[in-house]
Amino acid sequence: MTIPFRALVRKDLQLFFVDRRALLMSFAIPIVIGSFFGYVLGGSGDPAGQSKISVLAVDRDRSAISSEIVKRLSAEQALDVKPSTPAEAREAVRKGTATVAVIIPPNFGQDAGNAFFGPRQKPEIGVLFDPSHAAERSMVAGMLAGDVMQAVSKEMFTGQTGREIVKDSLAQVEQSGGLPQEDKKPLEDLLRSVDRWNRQSDSADGAVSRGLTMPYTTREEAVTARQNVQYNGYAHAFSGMVVQFVLFLGIDVGIGLLQQRQRGLWKRFRAAPLSRGVLLGSRAVSAAILAFVVVQVNFLFARLVFGVRVEGSMLGFLGVSAAFAVMTAGLGMLVAALGKTPEATRGLSILVTLIVVMLGGAWIPMFLFPQWLQKLTVVAPTRWAMQGLEAMTWRGLGLEAALAPIAALLLFAALFGALAVARFRWEAEG
Amino acid sequence: MLQVDALKKSYGSLVAVNGISLRAGVGEIVGLLGPNGAGKTTTVSMIAGLVRPDSGSVRIEGRPLAGDTDPNKRRIGLVPQDLALFDELTAQANLQLFAALYDLDGPAARRAIGEALELVGLADRAQERVKNYSGGMKRRLNLAAALLHDPQILLLDEPTVGVDPQSRNAIFDNLEVLKQRGKTLVYTTHYMEEAERLCDRIVIIDHGDIVADDTLQGLYRRLPVTNLLAVELEQGQNGLRLDELRALPGVRSATLDAGTLRVGVQDLPTETPRLLQWLVDHGQLYRHVSSERADLETVFLNLTGRSLRDA
Repeated sequence: MTIPFRALVRKDLQLFFVDRRALLMSFAIPIVIGSFFGYVLGGSGDPAGQSKISVLAVDRDRSAISSEIVKRLSAEQALDVKPSTPAEAREAVRKGTATVAVIIPPNFGQDAGNAFFGPRQKPEIGVLFDPSHAAERSMVAGMLAGDVMQAVSKEMFTGQTGREIVKDSLAQVEQSGGLPQEDKKPLEDLLRSVDRWNRQSDSADGAVSRGLTMPYTTREEAVTARQNVQYNGYAHAFSGMVVQFVLFLGIDVGIGLLQQRQRGLWKRFRAAPLSRGVLLGSRAVSAAILAFVVVQVNFLFARLVFGVRVEGSMLGFLGVSAAFAVMTAGLGMLVAALGKTPEATRGLSILVTLIVVMLGGAWIPMFLFPQWLQKLTVVAPTRWAMQGLEAMTWRGLGLEAALAPIAALLLFAALFGALAVARFRWEAEG
Repeated sequence: MLQVDALKKSYGSLVAVNGISLRAGVGEIVGLLGPNGAGKTTTVSMIAGLVRPDSGSVRIEGRPLAGDTDPNKRRIGLVPQDLALFDELTAQANLQLFAALYDLDGPAARRAIGEALELVGLADRAQERVKNYSGGMKRRLNLAAALLHDPQILLLDEPTVGVDPQSRNAIFDNLEVLKQRGKTLVYTTHYMEEAERLCDRIVIIDHGDIVADDTLQGLYRRLPVTNLLAVELEQGQNGLRLDELRALPGVRSATLDAGTLRVGVQDLPTETPRLLQWLVDHGQLYRHVSSERADLETVFLNLTGRSLRDA
């Protein structure tokens, strides 16, 4: 490397490390925001630290069945169930302090039992929900369906209320003249069998039927890098924030060049017998070095404080970091080439960067995007950076998973660099 | 040393420089004098290789300047109009960078930096950040940054803009030292006082054209008058016949504005008593009499029909 090239790179590094704003934007702020988002997104995988869905249960029936339903709901790990009144529950959901409210109406147990065996009117359980939490509403509805079936069937087959209902239902069916004979006979047989089974249960050794249960159980496993390695929300959050703030650094590189032009420094540089390659190349190299350092320092912090590890290929991680750093340098050169004044360029660049960061899935996971938008994100370099960093950290994938992101990022770097060289205003203003 | 021939540069329909030619020799200070927008900076930028001319050539010791990496550029030192310094770095760090642009490193760079700082009187402030410098100190450092590689030609683009008189004098002293060392200086300014004090030769530029290129004395010789007599009259212009006044021997011009009569004369000691007597004879009493010497402002006015400050 020539003396001028080294000096220009060293100057950029010196300027970065004496600039408090740059240090704040590159280290402190991404760490603070990454820590916050990481905590919100599930932290380091400890279930005790994960938030539960707030559910209010209004039991207006106070029967054995309704009490059992509330008891079962309360036992669900994902739910935080608290008793309430109808008015309080509605107000809480409206204010957003509760996500879902379940209102069990009066006489629910009796009506549900009647409807269980016969063609009676089915009672309604009210479900009030916050429309901004539609996914949680679906989860609660699913759990409620299972809990209601188990509570009602248990009571029907073993509980006192159920026995009375079975007897009443049998008497009604026997006396009913309206039922067709081909329906009446099987129904009478079913109810007599249930009644007989109930009486046999009384004489047995106290074993209690659990009623109808789900005919399967599930074994859930978060698929992460390896077994017993928990998902670490900080890995995603730090990837996102690093991508965002390193791009801001890239913008600052471009703005810095514009400011140098504005302050006459570009004239001094151009007056020296230096090639364009030295002048722009040194700036690109220093930008890439800084971007790479920022990525590593942020992830080092995440490693030391939140246990974010490179569970996949370290070489792949370094490769993705380096490719992203080079892409950032290309972006900085492009900003410098297309920008007119530092002030106007900064506003526009930040806006574009934020959009690209959002499309890359740095803020919210990409699976929430519509399908067409997910496909569109291949044109966002941030998507490849996110994909590469996540693959190498918590997903624990091998080097081969880093190759596509590295190639894509280098492609973007080449594109940005070529555009920058083509559009750069080499001449100093006269 | 420096030979500029028929430089032209246009930006769209705007002709910034329209065929400027000039010469600057060893140990000579050539001033480019003109109002803002006259084309001085564009001319300097083309000489320094920052702007590619549409046509014309720049030669240094007979060799044309061509391309970004032309080694001939080492013979030129540029002092931009802006304070082209990194405020967050120390003076020493700034100069190390600017020295490195010309391949100066290690002891050679340290020696060059020491000499440049010594010349501009900032040797004892080398380790201070530039942001703590006064405006005048920054201007001096701006000059020092152009001297590190010991250029033969120094292009100074309004190097004293916004500085206090003391710092300006210090810069002038520095430039005179450089001249004594045999450097060729091209100095752009729109301050006629600076051109008068410093320059061996003055090139007056207006609208991208050279309107005069001469020594200060040569420029004055072009004037029809070199002195003005200003006479403040008691009764305004009652009965005063300017055409009769202009017809007097030795009187070259006469104007009356707001009760003050300005008369251009070639020989002030001879013409003044005769003129005052003529006024008394024609019933014109006066309150106050003063004389004004013609300056570059007058020269510019005479050459372009416009004031240098208003142009």
